[in-house]
Amino acid sequence: MHLLEGEKVTKYFGGLAAVSEVDFYVDEGEILGLIGPNGAGKTTLFNLISAALEPKPGVIKFRDEQINGLRPYKICRLGIARTFQTVKIFGNLPVIENVRVGSLFGPLKGLSTAEATKVALELLEFVGLSKVAYTPARDMTLVNQKRLEVARALATKPTLLLLDELMAGLNQTELLDTMELVKQIQKKGITIIMIEHVMKAIMGICDRIIVLHHGKKIADGTPEEVANSKKVIEVYLGEASDAGS
Amino acid sequence: MNFSSINWKRAAMQPGIPVLLLILVALAPLYGSGYIVTLFTYFILYMVLSVSWTIFSGSTGYISLASAAFYGVGIYAAAMFGERMPFIFVILIGGIASFILAFIVGAITLRLRGIYFAMFTFGLVVLMKEVIHYWEITIEGTRGHFVIYQSNETIFYYLLGIFIVTMIVAYIIRKSRYGLALASIGENEEAAGHTGINVTMVKVITFAISAVFMGAAGAVMATKFTYIDPGVAFNPMMSFSPALMAIFGGMGSIYGPVVGAVFFSYLQEWLMTGSLKNYYMLIFGAILVLTIIYLPSGITGLIQNLWRRIRGARSAPTRG
Ligand SMILES: Nc1ncnc2c1ncn2[C@@H]1O[C@H](COP(=O)(O)OP(=O)(O)OP(=O)(O)O)[C@@H](O)[C@H]1O
Ligand SMILES: [Mg+2]
Repeated sequence: MHLLEGEKVTKYFGGLAAVSEVDFYVDEGEILGLIGPNGAGKTTLFNLISAALEPKPGVIKFRDEQINGLRPYKICRLGIARTFQTVKIFGNLPVIENVRVGSLFGPLKGLSTAEATKVALELLEFVGLSKVAYTPARDMTLVNQKRLEVARALATKPTLLLLDELMAGLNQTELLDTMELVKQIQKKGITIIMIEHVMKAIMGICDRIIVLHHGKKIADGTPEEVANSKKVIEVYLGEASDAGS
Repeated sequence: MNFSSINWKRAAMQPGIPVLLLILVALAPLYGSGYIVTLFTYFILYMVLSVSWTIFSGSTGYISLASAAFYGVGIYAAAMFGERMPFIFVILIGGIASFILAFIVGAITLRLRGIYFAMFTFGLVVLMKEVIHYWEITIEGTRGHFVIYQSNETIFYYLLGIFIVTMIVAYIIRKSRYGLALASIGENEEAAGHTGINVTMVKVITFAISAVFMGAAGAVMATKFTYIDPGVAFNPMMSFSPALMAIFGGMGSIYGPVVGAVFFSYLQEWLMTGSLKNYYMLIFGAILVLTIIYLPSGITGLIQNLWRRIRGARSAPTRG
């Protein structure tokens, strides 16, 4: 049994097939990379998994149970958490409250307020934001806001974490730090699907990679297989060779 | 600020001055003239309306203009049941009826965002007015209803009671985990949903809770009018005033809407009895526009900021 599985997942925006008959799966413990040119449908696929959108047609299963059609909060409580490509933090709330929202409402069995605070502080420590725990979230740098989204998502106690371009716009040190962070999350036993344009990160930490192009899946395999696929080089890696820098 | 941890000891100590003021107001019928009691009654009415408006709209950012509909439902509850039941039950019916109406309307409309929600909720006021008007004329063959009389003191004390309950509920919601859910919906509704909050449920229930107090206040105030019709009961000003008062007072603290309500009811009283009667709405509007531009966190926000600067404290988190 796969942890998460999609069958012929499709989403149209008007006449545009943003995601088109994509079959995919992720197994427990894996880090799955999701790559493809701009507009390939990567974020849309995340939106479908997290129930921001509904596939039409298509089926998404989590632990063999169909989950499409549920509402986003249910998906979260089932154990699928996400971050956003364009950050969506609770800007006027202190950093720690952002995370406490996750620990109070995200897990299937809610925590007491004291436990929630404890968990939030631990997670802020984990992502390296302890120092700014009590500043309003909007006052942080974008890099830190993305880390805050990771902490908030982890606070919901996910089995599966969806990371949408966590590494975009980072310098070399930050990139290495963040790659290490993702590996640490995997060590906690959390399965990860990550969208990235930064090839170094993708090739470095993913167990398997899916490539989307114009909404269609064009490759699925280990980093080496994908890196050597003619089709992938043609539509993505060739054109996006600068994306790795 | 700290959501979801109510320190009851501090909560009891903290509002020393407000509680003193409250006692002073509560004793008004003993030392004040009839005029003072009536004046205070209107202060308290607007305090109830603007605090309860803030419970939902202040935190979520959904601007509701349905207040007059809930207030009017309370008024009609008093007109229909006032003669048959003890006053307290009539008030409860006003509150419950408003809760139900708000729940239904919320479930239908809370998918709408921004201006559409504001427009729809205002439409509800007009709709209620027209429907009841039609009902009275074609089915009952009447226009309006008598409402059983209550003394000014009775009205005053019932309203004061409602106000106290409203404040306590507003405080508990604000400080509880539920308040944190509301605040996060106001900050980013989509993210709130993906973080495990049942956004629709939280919104609809809060909207309905805030309507309870408006309906209850309507049931009390109805007895002041002795005769009501849909035009009186569903007066659009009762939708605009609470919103404007709360925005002016500031919604970052529980006292903001209270201050705004007192300020505007006094202003209204002062202008309406003087030669400036016709300018009330104009002045009202001008103050509001200036507030939105220059005092985005309202008059209490301004005072808090000044106070912080005086103490030399660096920017601490606002809200609550
Ligand atoms: N809500 C929407 N309404 C209409 N069209 C949309 C919507 N969301 C995405 N699209 C379109 O669907 C296609 C896929 O978008 P998507 O955001 O999934 O791409 P992506 O692979 O995440 O790209 P990027 O790397 O730029 O983030 C694009 O053509 C986009 O314009
Ligand atoms: Mg994207």
